Amino acid sequence: MDERKTILDVKGLRTSFFTDDGEVPAVDNVDFHIRQGEVLGIVGESGCGKSVTSLSIMGLVPSPPGKIVSGEILFQDKDLTKLSDKEMRQIRGDDIAMIFQEPMTSLNPLFTIGNQLREALKIHKKDWSKSQIQERAVEMMKLVGLPRAEALLNDYPHQLSGGMRQRVMIAMALLCDPKVLIADEPTTALDVTIQAQILKLIKNLNERLDTAVLLITHDLGVVAETCERVVVMYAGKVVEEGPVHTIFNDPQHPYTRGLLESVPDMRFKKERLYSIPGNVPKPGSIKVGCKYAARCEFAFDRCRVEDPALYQTAEDHKTRCFLFDPKEAESHDRTVVES
Amino acid sequence: MAETAAADKQEMQKVAGPWKEAWRGFRKSKVAVVGMGIVIFFILLAIFGPLFTPQGINEQNLSQRLLPPSGDHWMGTDDFGRDILSRVVYGARISLWVGFLAVIGSVVVGSILGILAGYYGRWVDTIISRLFDIMLAFPSILLAIAVVSVLGPSLRNALIAIAIINVPNFGRLIRSKVLSIKEDEYIMSAKAIGMKDNRILVSHILPNSMAPVIVQGTLAIATAIIEAAALGFLGLGAQAPSPEWGKMLADSRSYLTNAPWTMIFPGVAIMLTVLGFNLMGDGLRDALDPRMKS
Repeated sequence: MDERKTILDVKGLRTSFFTDDGEVPAVDNVDFHIRQGEVLGIVGESGCGKSVTSLSIMGLVPSPPGKIVSGEILFQDKDLTKLSDKEMRQIRGDDIAMIFQEPMTSLNPLFTIGNQLREALKIHKKDWSKSQIQERAVEMMKLVGLPRAEALLNDYPHQLSGGMRQRVMIAMALLCDPKVLIADEPTTALDVTIQAQILKLIKNLNERLDTAVLLITHDLGVVAETCERVVVMYAGKVVEEGPVHTIFNDPQHPYTRGLLESVPDMRFKKERLYSIPGNVPKPGSIKVGCKYAARCEFAFDRCRVEDPALYQTAEDHKTRCFLFDPKEAESHDRTVVES
Repeated sequence: MAETAAADKQEMQKVAGPWKEAWRGFRKSKVAVVGMGIVIFFILLAIFGPLFTPQGINEQNLSQRLLPPSGDHWMGTDDFGRDILSRVVYGARISLWVGFLAVIGSVVVGSILGILAGYYGRWVDTIISRLFDIMLAFPSILLAIAVVSVLGPSLRNALIAIAIINVPNFGRLIRSKVLSIKEDEYIMSAKAIGMKDNRILVSHILPNSMAPVIVQGTLAIATAIIEAAALGFLGLGAQAPSPEWGKMLADSRSYLTNAPWTMIFPGVAIMLTVLGFNLMGDGLRDALDPRMKS
């Protein structure tokens, strides 16, 4: 078991959007934690609540219509959901920072890179002198591997490539030495070679600065390369959680298995790539039973009437599936043999 | 994706900041530069012109009434024997002053209301937007006349009226711009670094919503000048003996057939100023609108 201290603990988080059709939970009773200096991946298809989870942690859920209904987000023993706007602002960017999917539009086109980095620093380091701020900005630009850092500070965002802009975003996020960095699909908008560089950079910085990273992605390749532990989400719920090698070598939840089978494997030439039948259900459309039952090839009667709990299958491995309910052990054995 | 790639390619050619780039685009259009030339000419005329006029603006000489243009009076004289050139030159000061002040007034008020409506949304937006709708439901000149008739006819009140009737145009423009900017990711990333709402408004949303305001503002100066002239013409703006162009037009109505120069020159002055601002505004729009770039 990991000895490192838990730095961010999400407990029973439920974030809903209140629409004309009533409450639609986008994130439903989600639990997970990140330890100091750990890289945790959250994986799932689009619309499964990954981004809403990260926005909930940042306190940036668009409100209205969004709202954290219940649950706790404990960061250094403080419940972030209970903090005032002002207290939350002090944590944002300072203790918990975030980078976004689209580096092309994440920087204000009207100001130079340096201007924006200095602005970000001034928010949290009010007593720093101009030269200190400048030094720190240059230092961070160098740290994220940007060449000719000083000159680049005077450039406008449009003069930089996507990869460089994402590096700038990372530099900006790490300016104040955050304890947790949330990266919401940081490489999705970049091309493959740049993706690998950025991931390497994130991993590298995580090791050097001991910043915990919450990496949100739909790309299992990204997870395999970077994360230590993985949380698989489906329709607003955590369906499986475990160390990355366990998830990849011994996936338990049918959804995780489906996801892994849908990744092209260069070693075996398959006729067609597997794809999970159906789509992610619309949030709130499935009221009873397991949310995955309709798409699941192992689904049995109980799945359609009862919501499975998260069953502990190993010391650090949990699965939300009746196949792993100790009570269902018999039928589980049967099903696994059949499959 | 293709769109961002294309935009990126386009942007890679730039080396300077966005404003310098806009200026480069502006310079490419000859018509826009001519427009700006006219505007600069009138601004200089308004500032320095009165120093060089042949005669004082209200200097009457009843023995020289309604003289046609000549070497002494390049634009002729009016019914009080006043030199029309001197009055037209001084009139530039009044018209530009009214144009600029009225537009600055509407831009400031319109921006504040528009930003509040766009950024905060909900009931703030409902109240402000409905207010704009009500104001836009009136024909603008009618509304201006109503405002002046409440405040009393004078140049200052005409200016206030013009500023008021233009507020909804700017307000709606900025509101829509803010609505789109607030979805941009740099706003979210500004929030994610802990920036305060009002700081985001001032340093991110306001500067990014200014481009269309500058264009609209330039064009609105032209409209404001016409509106001021119209109010002057109706006797609701500048009062005699002020050499306001619209007022001069109104005064010269009776001499239209026997002394047309009393009407032509102030009329041409209005037309040229408005043309200048319109050409310049069109050029600015093309220079600041990314879609118009080739």
